Amino acid sequence: MPEIIRARNLVKRYDGFTAVAGIDFSVRRGECFGFLGPNGAGKTTTVRMISCVSPVTEGELAVDGLDVRREPRRIKSILGVVPQEDNLDPDLSVRQNLAVYARYFDMAKELANQRIDESLALFQLEEKQREPIWALSTGLKRRLTIARGLINQPKILVLDEPTTGLDPQARHLVWQKLRYLKEQGVTMLLCTHYMEEASHLCDRLVIMHQGRILVEGSPAGLVEEHAGQEVAEVHVSGPQREKVLAEMASRPGLTVEEVEDILYIYARTPDGRAQMADLILGAESVAYHQANLEDVFLRLTGRGLIE
Amino acid sequence: MSIALPGIGIRLPDVSYRAYRVWQRNRDVYLRLWKAEAIWPLAEPLITLLALGLGLGGLVTRSELPGDQRYIEFIAPGILAVFPMWAAAGECGWGSFFRMENQRTYHAIIATPVSIEDVITGEILWGATRGFISSVYILAVTAAFLLLHSPMVLLALPMAYVSSFMFASVSLSYTSIARSISSLNYFFALFITPQFWLGGVFFPLENLPKELQAAAWFVPATHVADIYRGLVQGHLSLGHLGDLAWIAVVAAIFYYLALISMRRRLIQ
Repeated sequence: MPEIIRARNLVKRYDGFTAVAGIDFSVRRGECFGFLGPNGAGKTTTVRMISCVSPVTEGELAVDGLDVRREPRRIKSILGVVPQEDNLDPDLSVRQNLAVYARYFDMAKELANQRIDESLALFQLEEKQREPIWALSTGLKRRLTIARGLINQPKILVLDEPTTGLDPQARHLVWQKLRYLKEQGVTMLLCTHYMEEASHLCDRLVIMHQGRILVEGSPAGLVEEHAGQEVAEVHVSGPQREKVLAEMASRPGLTVEEVEDILYIYARTPDGRAQMADLILGAESVAYHQANLEDVFLRLTGRGLIE
Repeated sequence: MSIALPGIGIRLPDVSYRAYRVWQRNRDVYLRLWKAEAIWPLAEPLITLLALGLGLGGLVTRSELPGDQRYIEFIAPGILAVFPMWAAAGECGWGSFFRMENQRTYHAIIATPVSIEDVITGEILWGATRGFISSVYILAVTAAFLLLHSPMVLLALPMAYVSSFMFASVSLSYTSIARSISSLNYFFALFITPQFWLGGVFFPLENLPKELQAAAWFVPATHVADIYRGLVQGHLSLGHLGDLAWIAVVAAIFYYLALISMRRRLIQ
């Protein structure tokens, strides 16, 4: 069975508020599947339902062929969860944190010790194993939280904003470890609003907004389809702006989006820059960049601030 | 596997042996901190026996107490009952609230095959264990004052576990509805402290006005203190079975409430 997670018309409501409004998706074995969306889009709620810590209101959700409503313990035993918040045990050492966690999975002591040694080595935490948690940096805590999530050798690793708050070095180290895990065949679910992270790690992803899935595809495919090749960020005002907008209709290779005093012009064809050259002659400033996932995200979910 | 009975809208609590894993987690943390944790249960009964037992006790004549005993002999079984109450209730009050809200320990645990009901059960079993540990210290202190005369006092140990289970359950039920750590103050100021002072530990209940005597009968600590008096003095009666039954009923009710209420709070 190639699908390891399958959701059909999945709904979550809290006291009249609909957090997830009937979504369908499936995750294939061995892939990294991303949930992107602004805060409050429903991605964490979806992942919490998959992790069996939030009851499904309606619809079907199966993980490794098991129904989340009937078999929460069996599902949780094949998941590794890396939460966004730091919930390590502050009074225990690094090693004890892993040992206590392994016990929740009924792991025999010797096997647990062997896995702990491997995890500590993989995440370069061996020298810290006797340290208390409060003595660790944010990056080290994050690595330990991921190591903890892997202690039961999960079939699916669930990551909620795994690199939020990390400095660039720490972030790249975490990405490297996650890529390594993917090569080892671990299925990963990644919740993030960090586009670079999603492009780096995800094979496929969905972009969620207000409890619904807007699009689904590979990072490159979504960029191609929704943002094209190149984007020009143009600062232009007054009559010049009107002229650009009027001309746009006759140029099929281009699309435009107005945001405050900026126009974003998306080129769908390789000669995009040539097509838009004369249009933007009178602009105050122009910046080009290669279209990326962030453009897709902002085009679909709006550039306005979402609280 | 959880069992749901959707037809009548009842969901049976999903408790398993994994509650022991939660107990083990708390034990491991305790063993890292046990020296600092030992000071209260040793210092408190010692100070109480000195200040009230010997100090205040010097002003109380024997004839004013039932059984013609010294005042320090009168309060010794009582403090065996109420200091462990503080230990158990404190563990499942401030301790549990801190683990749940500040350390997010419950959230970490329920991401594993351990259910929320296992967590609650493990927490209460641990609270009972804290009461038990406290009892061991207090027994040692009261023994050092040569206040224990009957071998029956060994039964105080299982009794300490049972009564502490009850206090831990009551406390965790309250914790499950507490909005902030300071709102636990209501519980300790209005429920635990009155039991400490008014549960028949420091003076015979007959000295209270009639209405308060009736109220004291409903309070768990009164029944716990009654049993300890019997054990320390070496004579138990059928009335003590009634006390035990009362404790068992309160424990069962509040254990169940804690299970239901914590699930409602944490599984949304």
